[in-house]
Amino acid sequence: MSADLLLILPVLIPLAAATLCTIVWGSTRLQAAVTIAAAAALLVVSALLVVRVADGTILVTRFGDWAAPFAIAFAADRLGAAMVLVTGLLGLAVAVYALADVRRIAALSGFYPLYNGLLAGVAGAFLTADLFNLYVWFEVMLIASFGLLVLNKTREQLDGGLKYLALNMLGTLFFLAAIALLYNAAGTLNLADLAMTLQGTSGTAAATAAAWLLLLAFLMKAAAFPLFAWLPASYHTGSIAVAAIFAGLLTKVGVYAIIRIYTLVLPLEGTALQTVLLVVAALTMVTGVFGAAVQWDVRRILSFHIVSQIGYMLLGLALFTPYAIAAAVFYVVHHIIVKANLFLVAGVIGRVGGTYDIRRSGGLMMLSPLLAVLFLIPALSLGGIPPLSGFWAKLMVIDAGLEDEAWIVTAAALAVGLLTLFSMGKIWAYAFWRSPADGRSRPVGWKRMVPIAALAAVTLAIGFSAEPLVAFSLQAGQQLIDPADYIAALTPPIEDTVAENVR
Amino acid sequence: MEASLALGFGALIAAGTYMLLARHILRMVLGLSLIAVAVNMLLFLAGGVGPEEPALIAAGAEVAAPGTANPLPQALVLTAVVIGFALLSFALVLAYRVQLALGFVDTDAMREAEPAGEDGR
Repeated sequence: MSADLLLILPVLIPLAAATLCTIVWGSTRLQAAVTIAAAAALLVVSALLVVRVADGTILVTRFGDWAAPFAIAFAADRLGAAMVLVTGLLGLAVAVYALADVRRIAALSGFYPLYNGLLAGVAGAFLTADLFNLYVWFEVMLIASFGLLVLNKTREQLDGGLKYLALNMLGTLFFLAAIALLYNAAGTLNLADLAMTLQGTSGTAAATAAAWLLLLAFLMKAAAFPLFAWLPASYHTGSIAVAAIFAGLLTKVGVYAIIRIYTLVLPLEGTALQTVLLVVAALTMVTGVFGAAVQWDVRRILSFHIVSQIGYMLLGLALFTPYAIAAAVFYVVHHIIVKANLFLVAGVIGRVGGTYDIRRSGGLMMLSPLLAVLFLIPALSLGGIPPLSGFWAKLMVIDAGLEDEAWIVTAAALAVGLLTLFSMGKIWAYAFWRSPADGRSRPVGWKRMVPIAALAAVTLAIGFSAEPLVAFSLQAGQQLIDPADYIAALTPPIEDTVAENVR
Repeated sequence: MEASLALGFGALIAAGTYMLLARHILRMVLGLSLIAVAVNMLLFLAGGVGPEEPALIAAGAEVAAPGTANPLPQALVLTAVVIGFALLSFALVLAYRVQLALGFVDTDAMREAEPAGEDGR
């Protein structure tokens, strides 16, 4: 079946690229070429994947062709395929940016193999349909990210890296403990099988404990309130390419896992978890944006905004209507592109102005008008200015909140939108609008500008013709809230199983 | 048997948490690894304690005999142990590098990546 290959390739391509990069270790140029080629291939494959699942098909591959619940399975529905597509897009953009940004010494310490490993881990996490397998992909991603974060071995990086490592390891251990409890409760770890087994027994102590532990673990990964301390402590220490790919993808894998598990395996509706998630979402939005307000380092402002925006996605899921989940899906896709782009722009701000501290930079609008435009597109999109992609994302979340009559959280979401705009205005006023600090300007080549422009173009495209992505998100939301198809695709009727066993 | 294993699990978690809260980097890393051991144990216990026969199906038989142990938790624990070991090695090397670069091991004093001045936290 061709479906098989299409599901496995998004993981296989980056893994193969990582291996190839270690083979050509001495030549950073070859490594870069391999990485860019692999990212482009990933983008093509994931686009094909999205085309295949767009009509509602759920592609499933069971490794070793074992019968239904026993094999480790990969599956792609609309959400999973869309996430892989954005991963491919970001992987390519950041790989091109890395050509200029990653120092030779970092490239020789293994930037490219780790980068490809990270992409493989992320794609694997989006496609797997087995809980333990999800843990393994989380670990692949985590180990690669540890390496990437401390690549330059500066004091700052080692400090931030240790905090990142300690808290993420703890989160992973919670995840593993929850897996143990779920296995005890259900005797299976296949997501669909789990969903079916737990349907009647969701009240058992082990399953309940697992549900809380899993939420704790994923909220840690997603950097939600009050578990986000590791993110602003570490993200700004890496090189810009690393910070951008982290900002775009890593927390969103946590969000993806929350959406997947709490729509499919442990439905959120009507549980105490739903209330908790609603409160967490609101507090995440608010604390994140306030954290950003007092920062002066562009990268730290953006780091706190990651936290803040995670709140919107969680809010979409916590409301738990088909429309609200669709809003969450749209928000995740929009945010990955915009946030990574902002980090890439921050890199250019640092390069042109000579500093990331906006108090000491200035006059960037005069030095580089093009940069000013390319900053405004993702910045205004993040703030939710129409007609950019962020406007539609926020509109959907807030609309869903109003529909559900969740007045307080919706008000919080509106207020946070304004404060986000304030933060972006602060960067604009200090770094761009003021008179130049010293007029010193370093040249910025195409390697940095092309990815930024490309991602800005995607943001504009989503903004000006939001219709297809909105429709896709709505269908994805429908598919997520009623996972019968997903379950049926993963656990085919018993006759097939028996037939395969006999054969 | 179950009770003593549960007590052992609790003791490991308690000791791990205690060490994790310490300010010394190395104690922190060791605390994490203790918790990792405890979680691996939990994974193993989740499969149930009891049957002791190896998970083999006798020649000619169609299904495993009653009393056969469940092999899956063993496979899961094996994977988790290997991953945990890799993470522990990395954490130890990182802790060592942090001590070399910063010259101290007190996590409270680690402020390199924070902005200096009034908004220090």
